[in-house]
Amino acid sequence: MQRIAIVDTGMCNVDSMQRAIEECGAKADVTSNPTDLDYADKIVLPGVGAFPDAMDLLNRSGLTDAIQSNVIDHEVPILGVCLGMQLLTSQSVEVRLTTGLNLIDARVERLVPITNERVPHVGWNEAHQSSDHGLFGGIASGTDFYFVHSFHVVCDGQFVVATTPYCGTLISAIGSEHIMGTQFHPEKSQAAGLALLHNFVTL
Amino acid sequence: MLKLRVIPTLLYRDFTLVKGVGFDAQRVVGSPMQAVQVYNLRNVDELCFFDICATSLASGPNFELIDEIADRCFMPLTVGGGVRTLDDVRALLSVGADKVALNTALFEEPDMLRTASEKFGAQCMVAVIDTRTNAAGVTTVWSHNASRDTNLDPVVWAQELQRQGAGEILLQSADHDGEMQGYDLATIAKVSVAVSLPVIASGGAGSYDHMVAAVQRGADAVAAASMFHFTEQTPMEAKQHLASHGIATRC
Repeated sequence: MQRIAIVDTGMCNVDSMQRAIEECGAKADVTSNPTDLDYADKIVLPGVGAFPDAMDLLNRSGLTDAIQSNVIDHEVPILGVCLGMQLLTSQSVEVRLTTGLNLIDARVERLVPITNERVPHVGWNEAHQSSDHGLFGGIASGTDFYFVHSFHVVCDGQFVVATTPYCGTLISAIGSEHIMGTQFHPEKSQAAGLALLHNFVTL
Repeated sequence: MLKLRVIPTLLYRDFTLVKGVGFDAQRVVGSPMQAVQVYNLRNVDELCFFDICATSLASGPNFELIDEIADRCFMPLTVGGGVRTLDDVRALLSVGADKVALNTALFEEPDMLRTASEKFGAQCMVAVIDTRTNAAGVTTVWSHNASRDTNLDPVVWAQELQRQGAGEILLQSADHDGEMQGYDLATIAKVSVAVSLPVIASGGAGSYDHMVAAVQRGADAVAAASMFHFTEQTPMEAKQHLASHGIATRC
């Protein structure tokens, strides 16, 4: 059975993620202890919270180093969700400019309305797959997932896995080999979300 | 495109679900667990869960109950009622709430929304605005479970809450609550043009057409309690009806 470590940043809903991962047949351990990551087959970095506070917590607890060494040196797959996907990038402008985990060459910017869209982007919206990625195996392109965010990831096209029509086109899933992220919440997206998490567990 | 959300609201008091009328009379409608399980099976877009006595009893949120509810909930969950401190917000998020609703605390702890929003992200902070309209037709914001008139104009207050870092506005008419005669459309129209945040219309829905009317006035989501608990109408049919009026929904 796969052991998935869910990183607890102390300010988000980790319970839902744990239940969803377990529903997918893996063992899910919620942890804020850096050494626990060394025993995980995969890492999930969940969402919710503001970028600077989350990074501060990761840095102070030693989790930043633990995540970087496991993911970069040992190629442990990681899935970042919502804020977790944003934390995978180099930097964010949320509240104040803050350096991220720097696992993927991308940055985080505020959503800017183009045709009077409301910000935050809250609700169910489509994820259109831009590349054939294992994360979306068996999931139709254009399937609705649940979003709730005011900031979004900007990166080079080679890392874009899915996009969503809002404030123009926002990047809703990224991937660079074993490093992956979704802007939406699979753990809150009912059947489609569980299918995606199941794909991550079995990748 | 972004789908319009239809949100069942569950009100509870002590361990039972109740239905409100004008925020005053209440009828017991059953167990929260059963209701959550039914909505989970029906793939509703989102669920709102409000403890209507936590504020008046100053008891704070019932974290154990929320924990149990969230365990059965693979859909977004907003929790409100009696949330007074940053620790309350943190605890609710950690037991499985996705968003936390503030109402009375907005008046009693003027810095709370701003601090919570900076700490946990604006996207998980829902600001609730309860309104009542007096005999002269003037609508104002009411606090403390809609028992105290603050004399604030809903538009001015909504803009202030946006400045403080709210992620969404839940605009609720205490006069229309439980009457099932339709939402307070005039206030919905005024508030939704005045802010750039999503506005959830609440209080008064009795039919699918009431929901269409609220969306046409600018609501980004429609919440309903009595309509789903006391009639044969369902969130899925509501979405199909909205879709037949050209409003994108997930159905």
